[in-house]
Amino acid sequence: MTARPIKNSIFKGAVIVFSLIAITPILLIIYELVRKGYKQINISFFTEVAPSTWDAMMANNNGELIPGGILNGITGTLLMVFVASIIAIPIGLITGIYLYENAGKRYANVIRSISDILQGSPSIVIGIIGYFWVVKYITNGFSALAGSVALAIMMLPLIIRSTEETLKMIPQTIKEAGLALGVPYHKIIMRVLIPTSFSGLVTGILLALSRVIGETAPLLITALGSPMVNFNLDKPASAVPLLIWEFYNDPNMVNLIWSSSLFLVVFILTMNLISKKIAPKKN
Amino acid sequence: MNSENITKNILFVTSLIILLISIGMVITLVSGSIPIFKEFGFQFIYSTEWDPTAGRENYGALPVIVGTLITSFLALIICLPLAFSTSLFIAEYYKGSIISKIIGTLIDLLAGIPSIVYGLWGFYVLRPFIVQLGLSEQGYGIFTSSLVLAIMIIPYATSLSTEIISLVPNHLKEAAYSLGATRLEVIFNVTVPAARSGIIASYILAFGRAIGETMAVTMLIGNRNAIPHSIFDIGNTMASVIANQFGEAEGLKLSALIAIGLLLFLITAIINYLGKLVIKQFS
Repeated sequence: MTARPIKNSIFKGAVIVFSLIAITPILLIIYELVRKGYKQINISFFTEVAPSTWDAMMANNNGELIPGGILNGITGTLLMVFVASIIAIPIGLITGIYLYENAGKRYANVIRSISDILQGSPSIVIGIIGYFWVVKYITNGFSALAGSVALAIMMLPLIIRSTEETLKMIPQTIKEAGLALGVPYHKIIMRVLIPTSFSGLVTGILLALSRVIGETAPLLITALGSPMVNFNLDKPASAVPLLIWEFYNDPNMVNLIWSSSLFLVVFILTMNLISKKIAPKKN
Repeated sequence: MNSENITKNILFVTSLIILLISIGMVITLVSGSIPIFKEFGFQFIYSTEWDPTAGRENYGALPVIVGTLITSFLALIICLPLAFSTSLFIAEYYKGSIISKIIGTLIDLLAGIPSIVYGLWGFYVLRPFIVQLGLSEQGYGIFTSSLVLAIMIIPYATSLSTEIISLVPNHLKEAAYSLGATRLEVIFNVTVPAARSGIIASYILAFGRAIGETMAVTMLIGNRNAIPHSIFDIGNTMASVIANQFGEAEGLKLSALIAIGLLLFLITAIINYLGKLVIKQFS
């Protein structure tokens, strides 16, 4: 008789202990990034391009901070994410609206399943696609455009599904009120559906952005990386995660790894938190 | 054509884009893999050789397939108790409390950390720790990768199952309590069976994530194309071999890597489909 309450308490204890273990890594990771990264974050970190390995080595030998920053990475990330957004946001929103309007139809279900499969497909595979479609046939070399296309393909399913889910939350009556007044279809979309679900749509887009900003693998085989600031879509470009990868492979740059990662993580987590803040509350 | 139809057509035509992208992806991957299958036939899938030396080139995907499956399974096994406990903590034991909100937010943050930052953390923090424990000489390998993967997939394994567990109707649980059941008994006889489909699906989807994860694994697994002898041995996964060797690959080797990409794409697609199927089957 007494065994049952004891088992019960032991299990509860185990649940608490395992839950605490589960949240430890994120605390440890953030602690590590802040502890090792904050020193390098200063004005030049944002205004100068990545240093040469020689400069970094000299600074290390003299016990100074590594000169330079990650400007080429920041501009590259902004460029590629911007172009990816231009491609993915309109297509994603419109496809999401299509799925919402045609829910239950066979074709719409196929599109939804495809979008789910695309969302689950590994980023490195999407990198291969970016390589073959753009690097090989359009820009004839590694390019920012190839990186943008890869990122856009990754963003697309995320935006499609979040758009559809958000639209589903709008009360049917609002839409029907518009239809009853004889408002044309495109005006219902522009004046009713999009405004009423605006915060949800923005949340979906922000989450999609925050997912692709940290991507390294697909960029590695599409945008390659560049030591200079480059706004030319034909040419290779760097990105913050690509710089982290380069720093990681260069023993002289170790100190820059942490500040770049700290910057990237803070940026992504802030975006996550903002998007959660403005997200419509489910009931 | 009136504006109504124009709008409908725009929606429909845009929805075709994602269909074309995915068909294009499959065509690209399949046509890229043809050379390797022509050369080695299906032996490519079960051969363990990997020799890029010109003249006696020989490629087999078995080591990376095995490496991928072992790392992902191990990651899932490590992740299971953590994710399950966290779900119970948030959705059952401390449902609606502030501490649950904090733990939920921290778990969500895990999903925002880029793969490459996990890799860095694994390399600089976890790897020395593994060496200290004497588990492996260099700290690289299947086990280290799985540990990091387990952390990375916690949010995916947790979020859906938490939601489903919290949706289990109270009156079911209360009926069991009124019969004198302890909380533990209620959890395993009422809550978990009622939420089974969601819980299983979320673990399947988390497993799919682990299989496609690239950067963190590439940095930790040791990159050797041979079947690992133990979980502390080094190895390679499908994603990591592509990330590592795609840059300088050409000819047959490139085709081999694309074929691995195709297999990876198919495996993750099947797993995601299974996950969705499980959700549908039970709900």
